[in-house]
Amino acid sequence: MSEKLLMKGNEALGEAAVRAGCRLYFAYPITPQSELPEYLSRRMPEVGGVFLQAESEVAAINMVYGASGAGARVMTSSSSPGISLKQEGLSYIAGAELPCVVVNMARGGPGLGSIQPSQSDYLQATKGGGHGDYRLIVLAPASVQEVVDLTILAFDLADKYRNPVMIMGDGLLGQMMEPVTFPDEVKKELPPKPWATTGWTKDRPKNIITSLELQPERLEEHNRHLQAKYAQIVREEIRWDEYLTGDAEVVVVAYGTVARIARSAVDAAREKGIKAGLFRPITLWPYPYDALGRLADAAKNFLTVEMNCGQMVEDVRLAVDGRRPVYFYGRSGGMVPTPEEVLAEIEKLA
Amino acid sequence: MQQEFIFAGFGGQGVLLMGQLIAYAALYEGKKVSWIPSYGPEMRGGTANCTVVVSDHEIGSPVVTRPSCVVAMNLPSLDKFEDRVKPGGVLVINSSMINREPRRTDVTVIKVPATATATELGNQRVANMVALGAVVEATRVVSVEGLLDTLRKKLPAHHQDLLPLNQKAVELGRSFVSQVV
Amino acid sequence: MKPVFTRPRSLADVSTHYCPGCTHGIVHRLIAEAIDELDIAERTIGVAPVGCAVLAYNYFNVDFQEAAHGRAPAVATGIKRALPDRVVFTYQGDGDLASIGTAEIVHAANRGEAITVIYVNNAIYGMTGGQMAPTTLAGQKTTTSPFGRDVEVCGYPIRMAELLATLVAPRYIARVAVNSPAHIQQAKRAIKRAFEVQVNDHGFALVEVLSTCPTNWGLPPKKALAWLEENMIPYYPLGEFKVPKEAE
Repeated sequence: MSEKLLMKGNEALGEAAVRAGCRLYFAYPITPQSELPEYLSRRMPEVGGVFLQAESEVAAINMVYGASGAGARVMTSSSSPGISLKQEGLSYIAGAELPCVVVNMARGGPGLGSIQPSQSDYLQATKGGGHGDYRLIVLAPASVQEVVDLTILAFDLADKYRNPVMIMGDGLLGQMMEPVTFPDEVKKELPPKPWATTGWTKDRPKNIITSLELQPERLEEHNRHLQAKYAQIVREEIRWDEYLTGDAEVVVVAYGTVARIARSAVDAAREKGIKAGLFRPITLWPYPYDALGRLADAAKNFLTVEMNCGQMVEDVRLAVDGRRPVYFYGRSGGMVPTPEEVLAEIEKLA
Repeated sequence: MQQEFIFAGFGGQGVLLMGQLIAYAALYEGKKVSWIPSYGPEMRGGTANCTVVVSDHEIGSPVVTRPSCVVAMNLPSLDKFEDRVKPGGVLVINSSMINREPRRTDVTVIKVPATATATELGNQRVANMVALGAVVEATRVVSVEGLLDTLRKKLPAHHQDLLPLNQKAVELGRSFVSQVV
Repeated sequence: MKPVFTRPRSLADVSTHYCPGCTHGIVHRLIAEAIDELDIAERTIGVAPVGCAVLAYNYFNVDFQEAAHGRAPAVATGIKRALPDRVVFTYQGDGDLASIGTAEIVHAANRGEAITVIYVNNAIYGMTGGQMAPTTLAGQKTTTSPFGRDVEVCGYPIRMAELLATLVAPRYIARVAVNSPAHIQQAKRAIKRAFEVQVNDHGFALVEVLSTCPTNWGLPPKKALAWLEENMIPYYPLGEFKVPKEAE
């Protein structure tokens, strides 16, 4: 590992992508993720890669489609309003089974909203967003180091499953500086992609990248294939983190930067003698339903904390399945909950 | 042991850099650190601030409601953040730009004529380094040597000639602190 | 016996889904001939649109990607940037390129993306059943302009070749028609030129091809060819609007 650097989340993500072998990046500027295109506009030329500022988020995601279909490791990034524009492309990419990484440094909504951090794109990211039956793998880092680690993982998962992977951060994570280390070696050997459109030299069947299937029987077959793939991802790729949950009576559930805030609140609660713990989903899809549900055996109740008006709490309720009360505390519009606010909610439940 | 800082001032006073220098110096001394800026339109000409956490252990929340130290480089920053200093904490104010007395009596107030001192040194832009000298002297969050080492590492090659000026600014800043908190 | 007329190697030996009398088949053939003559089939990647040519990927013996509606120039950009030594072309209709995909075509052209765009303009939406296109002529009746296109309400038909020719970066922009043997010969030269420009000059090239839609125009194929001549060409003049500098 290299020496520890102090980097913003956005810039660390860009460097991690380069280290993961990503050589094409297409994006459109939007706050609070513009450090990422700015960083890659300097970095990509150094490694012989392509940085291209697209005319829109719509164009950027379709450039990703083309480059991914041509076999490249490719990424785009944006923040909430721009991610809405990418939904069409994401549906096509998922349908055509193209690997790529899409970053959402989310900000307050709906509409133009604000430029301050938010988690109000949770449902869009995990339950669809675009049309059709498809899933994104959604990774939610909570520190700048985890941004690096999960970005590298995202490229590997995308290639392994031929599926788009979203890195779900927020404005705070993108702007925050923390120490990071990067793996020394830049990955060079990428997995073979015999399906890519690289020019037909008659040594394989002609490759066609498409999400179109006009025959209902065949489209249903394709959907069954996708669902089987998603089932495999659910079996093999669920990730989460637990903190002091062993004897916890109040289990706080939070992801991303909010989990950091909640962790401080849990520490403060413990100092007051309250048995609090933290459950932090790292994959938002697939969601760690079983691991969270198991905590219902011992916990008295659950407190979901989000930077939105209540989105992930629906998954927490599914996981707990009515066995214990599930409470919600949220701030929205770009407001960030404080450890003191979360502690006050924990104290109400203790 | 954990210390939390908010550095606040006008855009252009170098408050984001103050936070970064503390974060880097602490990182080099083996501490855990986090740095978050205010961002958005207020960066341009309005007030800017950043929050820095320095800790011996894994940092939970990088968002801090009650910092152990607030550095206010101008009056709006004092108005905004004075009430948030943790009781028993440190409030460093740039007395060159702030013409009122702090209201808080439960914190250690350190008045540093940062802008005036920097002007006397011939470069108003080192006011942030004067204030930083006071911060390090009062909180011992990092060693003075550590801070100066960090400066040396972070000043770009073509600005290394500014190192003595910055060193002098830090030293003068320290002299305004009569007690270590 | 020496064959005098054969199927181009790059044109797949399958029946197309196009309506009787539709000129898409001619345009497909001209593209395939150009690819064969330049011997670039094994490094060519096509991008199909949404519209009547949505299944174009079945009709060429080259690798293909199917794009979302209007996004073919962005998809082609992604392919070309990933594989700069390949030849990339899009095949788009007037709804795809001149309506929903205007941002993508304008900016791909403006960047000078080294791609070849074959833009088929038949003044109507064919695939969805004959609705008004941005290229529908003033007064032309369609299923969504039943009283004829009212330019006071809908504006005037858009001339994409001329519009794109105002940009600095594109190297070659031409308009041709496929309604007569002479025009088809011209179209062939223009399409081949548009591939040559990509291969040799690494520049953006677009050929607008005036085409017929007998089904949705409500005309027999032969009358459709005449209608194109009498109504479309006066408004959409044929010619080269931009040619590589050295050839000027």
